[in-house]
Amino acid sequence: MILKNVRAHYSTDDGPVVRAVDGVSFSVADGEVLGVVGESGCGKSTLASVISLTAHPPLHVTSGEMLLDGETITLTNQEHVPPGWQGRKVSLLPQRAMNSLNPTARVHDFVIDVLRAHDSTITQQEAIERAQERLEQLSLPSRVLDSYPHQLSGGMRQRVVAIISTLLNPSTLIADEPTSALDVSSQKELVLLLQLLLDRGFIKRIIYITHDLPMLSNIADRIAVMYAGEIVEIDNTKAMIDTPRHPYTRTLIGSTLDPDPRVRESRIEGIKGAPPDLRNPPSGCRFHPRCSYVMEICPRETPPISGTDTNFYTCWWLQEQTAAANFAKVQK
Amino acid sequence: MPPSAQPPLIETKNLSRTFGHGEQAVRAVHNVSFHVQPGEIVAVVGESGSGKSTLARLILRLLDPTSGQILLDGRDVTTLRSSKELKPYWRKVQGVFQDPFAAVNQFFTNRRVLEKPLQLLDHKPSHAERDQRVETALLEVGLDPSDVLNKGPHQLSGGQLQRVMIARALVAGPELLLADEPTSMLDASLRVTVLNLLLDLRERHNMGILFITHDLGQAYYLSDRVLVMYRGEVVEQGPVQQVLSYPQHAYTQRLLADVPRLHGWGAVLSDGSYNGGTGA
Repeated sequence: MILKNVRAHYSTDDGPVVRAVDGVSFSVADGEVLGVVGESGCGKSTLASVISLTAHPPLHVTSGEMLLDGETITLTNQEHVPPGWQGRKVSLLPQRAMNSLNPTARVHDFVIDVLRAHDSTITQQEAIERAQERLEQLSLPSRVLDSYPHQLSGGMRQRVVAIISTLLNPSTLIADEPTSALDVSSQKELVLLLQLLLDRGFIKRIIYITHDLPMLSNIADRIAVMYAGEIVEIDNTKAMIDTPRHPYTRTLIGSTLDPDPRVRESRIEGIKGAPPDLRNPPSGCRFHPRCSYVMEICPRETPPISGTDTNFYTCWWLQEQTAAANFAKVQK
Repeated sequence: MPPSAQPPLIETKNLSRTFGHGEQAVRAVHNVSFHVQPGEIVAVVGESGSGKSTLARLILRLLDPTSGQILLDGRDVTTLRSSKELKPYWRKVQGVFQDPFAAVNQFFTNRRVLEKPLQLLDHKPSHAERDQRVETALLEVGLDPSDVLNKGPHQLSGGQLQRVMIARALVAGPELLLADEPTSMLDASLRVTVLNLLLDLRERHNMGILFITHDLGQAYYLSDRVLVMYRGEVVEQGPVQQVLSYPQHAYTQRLLADVPRLHGWGAVLSDGSYNGGTGA
């Protein structure tokens, strides 16, 4: 899957234009989990809507295309998505997915609705059998199908919705903060379930969007760090956690609190300032008002992309550091 | 930390709260006994539904206990019923909650939100005192009063509004702050800012803080002692380093194992220990 130059903004007739996603490109390999991390209001969820082809006004997609399993779709016209994409090629698992179950209907009624929406020839019995089979393959009790949502715990509801939304074997699952309403034990179970869906080949790849970096470091193969509508760094998970490069990534990792005696040794600082207003983002590098390594060039010019498509950063300071290191090597 | 000879600021004795009757009865909080010293930060950790928030509501006296006692400075406050009787209690015990947007009236200005707790004072404050108390509280949480007071709550970010909520709790000058998941709606970077603010308040005012969370990392960073709640009961309590480094109870051990860490349970994903999950 390759995503190219996605730009999307929110606008109404007389209101200001909010550029929530501004020139995002990345690729996801087969079998890969790509994590997208960032603060509230950095455009993560907007990105999720755009990729899952569910953008509706006032969200407007102004540019971008997606190459998926050999087919290309332009993302700008989401009012008329060709049949067979939504739910089959891309499926969205939103934050409050568990609330999408109808409280007055049993879970199997929901399964029937979902499957029939995509294939009207399927019988009720077939739909239920398919869900039963899938639950058994994932070692979950198939009795949940006969339950009402209130009879299931929040964690179980979220897992059930995750399974129903992947019954059609979508090639790409977009998980937007799927665990943030759950406690740690249910979080872990959901993440393990998603991993199992991938391992069994029911889905081909996951784009996992969250603000929870510790959670992400446990599931993602690569992580993209998003700031103010742009991706500022992409790297393999281990490399990013061990040696973060971009100043924003450094502060994000620096402000996580692992339950570990070391967190008590010193005072941990958050990131100063607030995320920028996307109606009027800062000039040049968008992180410069909050960056402790800010240089004279940062507010003036947008930093270029350094690195390859799958592994890059955008930062003037880093570029200079790398250049200085290389120069030192040559001198030797 | 204060010497333990000092009388506790707040103490609960076999505090219980049951909802419903007969077979339907749910023991949300059962025989919970603990204490908080002045200047001490005590964390209450546990999963959703373990009774943490019910405990918070009991201590704030927003909910009557079924049995047991709450003692403030050695005096039983569970017998206080009317809001008139409870005013002196609320002057000393204030709360901050999970969702700041749900905790304010969206139609009020921040000034009105912040002035509300002045009604708890034992005297009617003059205009000068009102302004002074509100502005001091805002400066205390690192906000500029001129920037905040005449705006509405919706004009602030989540992090700012949560700090306004902490300022609101400070206006009456409490001795115990009860913080019920105050950071769970906030981003990681803002989260640390709010936690540091709580540490500063303890430093400056020798305030006792009861910090309720499901995040063991935050409990570790902030608190002196920790109580682990499971199904309404405190299954383990002690100094934070002891409980979290050498957990005794199986539930604490599981909780610790499930916390996502930066260098954490990644190995679990590959060793095939997935069992489909329990707890339907």
